[in-house]
Amino acid sequence: MTNMRASYGKHDVYLGIDVGSVSTNLVVMSGAGEVYHKEYLRTQGRPIPAVQAGLARVYQKLPDIQIKGVGTTGSGRRLAAAIAGADIVKNEITAHAAAATHFHPDVQTVIEIGGQDSKIIILREGVVTDFAMNTVCAAGTGSFLDQQAARLGIPIAEFGEIALQAKNPVRIAGRCTVFAESDMIHKQQMGHSVPDILAGLCAAMVRNYLNNVGKGKEIRPTVLFQGGVAANRGMCKALEDELGYPIIVPRAFDVMGAVGAALLARRHIEESGQETNFRGFAVSQARYSAGSFECSHCANRCEIVNISMNGKLVARWGSRCGRWEQDEIAYHSPIDHLQELCYH
Amino acid sequence: MKVTFPHMGTAYIPFRALIEGLGHEVIVAPACTQRTLSLGTRYAPESACLPLKINIGNYLEAAELGAEAIVMAGGIGPCRFGFYAYVQQEILRDIGCDMEMIILEPPASGWRPLLARLKYLTQGVSAAQITRTLRLTWAKLVACDRLEQLSLTVRAYEIRKGSTTKALQQAYREVDRADSVDMVRRALEEGIANLQSVPQDRQRSVLAIGVVGEIYTILEPFVNFRLEEQLGEMGVVVRRKIWLSDWIFHHLVLSAFRKQREAQLVSLARPYLQHFVGGHGLESVAHTVQLARGGVDGIVHILPFTCMPEIVAQSILPSVGEDYQLPILTVVVDEHTGIAGIRTRLEAFVDLLASSRAKAGSRSEKGRLLTPAASRSS
Repeated sequence: MTNMRASYGKHDVYLGIDVGSVSTNLVVMSGAGEVYHKEYLRTQGRPIPAVQAGLARVYQKLPDIQIKGVGTTGSGRRLAAAIAGADIVKNEITAHAAAATHFHPDVQTVIEIGGQDSKIIILREGVVTDFAMNTVCAAGTGSFLDQQAARLGIPIAEFGEIALQAKNPVRIAGRCTVFAESDMIHKQQMGHSVPDILAGLCAAMVRNYLNNVGKGKEIRPTVLFQGGVAANRGMCKALEDELGYPIIVPRAFDVMGAVGAALLARRHIEESGQETNFRGFAVSQARYSAGSFECSHCANRCEIVNISMNGKLVARWGSRCGRWEQDEIAYHSPIDHLQELCYH
Repeated sequence: MKVTFPHMGTAYIPFRALIEGLGHEVIVAPACTQRTLSLGTRYAPESACLPLKINIGNYLEAAELGAEAIVMAGGIGPCRFGFYAYVQQEILRDIGCDMEMIILEPPASGWRPLLARLKYLTQGVSAAQITRTLRLTWAKLVACDRLEQLSLTVRAYEIRKGSTTKALQQAYREVDRADSVDMVRRALEEGIANLQSVPQDRQRSVLAIGVVGEIYTILEPFVNFRLEEQLGEMGVVVRRKIWLSDWIFHHLVLSAFRKQREAQLVSLARPYLQHFVGGHGLESVAHTVQLARGGVDGIVHILPFTCMPEIVAQSILPSVGEDYQLPILTVVVDEHTGIAGIRTRLEAFVDLLASSRAKAGSRSEKGRLLTPAASRSS
């Protein structure tokens, strides 16, 4: 909801959309690579309305912009691409890395902690050389912090400040959130102060992150900390304490995925010289519906997903054989990269 | 006796020939689906690795079709797989599923138990028929592997998504249908010709990724989310050293070759790992070295969650990767892993390899800059 810049006019801009499990972020970037505007919405399990609402808000604030290209990323990237009409659909790792190197070309490590997942990206000389995402367990992600803040009756926005007031952070088992929670309750019943417990929780989360996601990775400065959790100053401090040197939280830390998608869209448009596939802001008023059926043509029994706009099929994916992804869609779809989009 | 066996990729094709040739009726379990997994996880211990769960699902789905007996492999050594047949036997007994379990395993002390079980399976079958059956089984095994191997290259160049997989499935059906070695040979030749005539864009620059890891998770596409198909469709040629025919040849058929080959693998792995660690742990390290020397852009290491031998390999592979300047992606599969997560990692890995190859420029085997399908849009 922030205007990064007061002045904007009829500019050529690029739109990045990051549809994650918890939040849907939209970013408008100038052709020169500056963030004009960002929108941060809760996905709330309904990605289509979230993307539409995000587009509506962008249009309301910046009615004069001229979208030159659209990039989507996040776990809902294909869906977002179908709705908005994207020029490029990219995975989160590549998008985050693109955004990080854009603002800090010397970055060697990106630590990203979001709502449901966390990742580490190792770069050398501006090129991604290794990465990891959390598997199996959501310990060490934003959702758990949210949950614990709620349990203690603390607004999540104040969590970090309170943790910074800790005098003697307690030690909390961070291996598993279930154990962490019972450990926290134990510490709280023993009479430890809330700041000490919160600081201990941050330290436990950082250890968990470094031991699981960061396992076997060579973390070198410059380290960028991005994702929603980077707003939590308690987490930043815990990370710096554990690593032993300062980390950087980029200004657009919470929308870096969307920034990366916008940058990749810009590169794609500039290199290919193509016109954008963007469907226009009117899509925020369109009636989208998603449906699915099981294809019974062969033993694979693929689950086919249909996305329609105002009753007209605009995208369809899910089949292994490609049988449902042919001409009919290619005709309606403004998406050139059907192969990228349709396969999952 | 109506006999079934667990699924592992296309292994059902040769196994069907083998067991039918020995005079039994074969019930092939339905291909692995979410239902197979649900059935398996309902009855298997939670902390067991994925293969055990899928196996149980296969048995129960085969039982629904009337299967009465199961032929299952056993094993010796540190991998838990060695116990699975016995654990599965107990589980089936507990849930009142009255199926006979025939366990074939390499001898730990003497050949007698194995011979006794083989004798039980082959009673009343003439020596000539056994020989004929073994030859047919072997022919089918090799045919399936050769077809699959070819598809791993062709798919990276295919013009229409899915066309290679379609040709491959058709070829498998023909091999499965063949009932003589000659017919298998014809099916194989035809299959190869069909795969080669899949419309391809041979000008396309492709990446090469080596796949290493635990054999079951490599061979069964349901549990690895069709990893090799996904990679192929992103414009990646897949190379691997693990093949069922190879494994059977070296473990069961000719133990003389086995010694020689083991020595080769042991020497490849030696700078990093000096011990047999069970399963395919040592192979994963040795294969990574082999593939690296053969010139691949990266390695995907795949293992089931909690797999001990592969966890050992996983902690060693980064140093192999460092020595050969080879990025390595580890994929852990479990009952909970979603396809979206795997897809994201594979896409990101392919992007990583493409950009590092673009940067290295001439390091590319074919000497041209690269735009694999997945990053063509970037």
